[in-house]
Amino acid sequence: MSGTSSPLPRRRGLNHRQREALWGYLFIAPWLIGFLCFVLGPMLFSLYASFTNYDITSRFDWVGVQNYVQLLTQDTRFWKALSNTAYYATFAVPLGIATGLLIAVLLNQEVRGQRVFRTIFFLPKVLTGVAVLLLWLWVFNPQVGLINTALYRLGVPENDLPLWFADPVWAKPALIIMSMWAAAGGFMFYLAALKGVPRDLYESAQIDGASSWRQFWAVTVPLISPVIFFKLITGISGALQFWSESLILTKGGPSDSTLFYGLYIWQTAFTDLRMGYASALAWILLLITLAITGVQLWFSRRWVHYEGEVR
Amino acid sequence: MALSRPEVQLRPRSARTGGPRRVSGLLLGRALAFAALVGLSLLILYPALWMVSTSLKPDDQVFAYPPRWIPNPIVWENYARAWASAPFTRYAINSLFYAVSVTFGTVLSCSLAAYGFSKLRFPGRDFLFLVMLSTMMIPGLVTMVPQYVLFSKLGWINTYLPLIVPSFFAGAFFTFMLRQYFLTIPNELLEAARVDGASELWIWARVMLPLATPALATVAIFTFDGAWNDYVNPLLYLNDERLYTLQVGLKFFQDANNVQWQLLMAASVLVLLPVVLIFFVFQKYFVEGATLTGSVKG
Repeated sequence: MSGTSSPLPRRRGLNHRQREALWGYLFIAPWLIGFLCFVLGPMLFSLYASFTNYDITSRFDWVGVQNYVQLLTQDTRFWKALSNTAYYATFAVPLGIATGLLIAVLLNQEVRGQRVFRTIFFLPKVLTGVAVLLLWLWVFNPQVGLINTALYRLGVPENDLPLWFADPVWAKPALIIMSMWAAAGGFMFYLAALKGVPRDLYESAQIDGASSWRQFWAVTVPLISPVIFFKLITGISGALQFWSESLILTKGGPSDSTLFYGLYIWQTAFTDLRMGYASALAWILLLITLAITGVQLWFSRRWVHYEGEVR
Repeated sequence: MALSRPEVQLRPRSARTGGPRRVSGLLLGRALAFAALVGLSLLILYPALWMVSTSLKPDDQVFAYPPRWIPNPIVWENYARAWASAPFTRYAINSLFYAVSVTFGTVLSCSLAAYGFSKLRFPGRDFLFLVMLSTMMIPGLVTMVPQYVLFSKLGWINTYLPLIVPSFFAGAFFTFMLRQYFLTIPNELLEAARVDGASELWIWARVMLPLATPALATVAIFTFDGAWNDYVNPLLYLNDERLYTLQVGLKFFQDANNVQWQLLMAASVLVLLPVVLIFFVFQKYFVEGATLTGSVKG
């Protein structure tokens, strides 16, 4: 800005405060329009559609709560999908957090080769998409896959080797192992938090004779609890929406063992074209997500520790 | 038990004095940590190396038992064969178009909204911000069906519009992330520009964006990665084979050729290559971005 440039022409009749407010609304307009067109509008439509037999072409009759009653009382696949999703979330979320935290704690030891390790552990965050899922299909191949080859070498008899994606019992564990690999990249979140834990707290814990394990639970975990809590909330919400992997890898099989909730919505909406019923399914998922988040927020007051918070 | 008691008494003393016992304990701890990290790294790299190894194998060594890690001979032609076995060049152009457009739209709209939410005062701002935060808890599956209906009524099926247009309307997560970063930039800088008569748009473009390059780069990389690897949305909206992206092409390639693993792995490596390159070039931004989102408290 040169000294001679005159201030930009200003609107008459608007004071400083009003002008700033106008700019403010202009700047957030993209989000606001997007919120109305792609979030709020669709949600209201979806809520209305869930009380109809909408099929995207002609039918759009009000059927009341029929969809909800049907899926809660008669639809065995709904319960199957829900329990598959709960199974996945129960194991994948804690194991994922443990994996990320373990790597972060190890990296926090000032070991050699930090940069190399960080790069390697971040790779799973980068390597995603169909290519990597197809790789897992190959890794879990019952005959020639890496995992079964390794298990065989470790002495597991050939007949006891898991069939992974071909076996209803082992398909979900295979997906959970995959998710742990992917969760390794989450170490960054915890490492950033670990770096913020004051050293002298460990010193005083050592003077009190606390073991490393005890120091971890009494000092480290409380101080990084906000990050763990954040990962727990987003992790559970993400796990409830875990499904596209099964669309690509297993199409929900074998015998619906990987029919996750999202896949069931996808099939109902876009294969069977039962948009009304799918909307009801989606709203049940929304209610479950909100309920779980609410419960977590409630419990978080007991264990999440915010620095400088006045209690 | 008898042995452990003196140890408990010893530890505080050596901790205070920083004696030899503590030093050797630390060294042992670091050696163990190092060994554990090497082991975990191998577990992480194992599948990725296997992918590269398989992609270079002659046809008869793919199913060899015990598995061979280093193929003999190394078949580089697999890559050319894989690329030629489907219209991958076209898919690659489509993927690039999709990912670059979405990245541009996201960085533009999210940085605008983030500036509004972080540096300008207007009635209802805090309420709207809260609304934005709460939308992050809404599962994408709830809006997937109605959005599809909307785009199909607009006649946008089989075009790139449903994939690209929404990115110009500031998603909550990246807007939130950028806002957190913008808050760390001192207001004095903006005030100085305002005194000079600069408009807010000018300040956003010439003061804010240059100062926020690391955060913008993080958003750009994550968005590009997400769009490049997106499978569900292209599958849903694009039926015309000429519009397929690499992800959709790769999946159909697998279904069609009763799985020639060496070719599939070669194609997969090629599809992953751009994001891996971006990762290595912009690594420091990835790290910074993770720290940014990681330091979010509550």
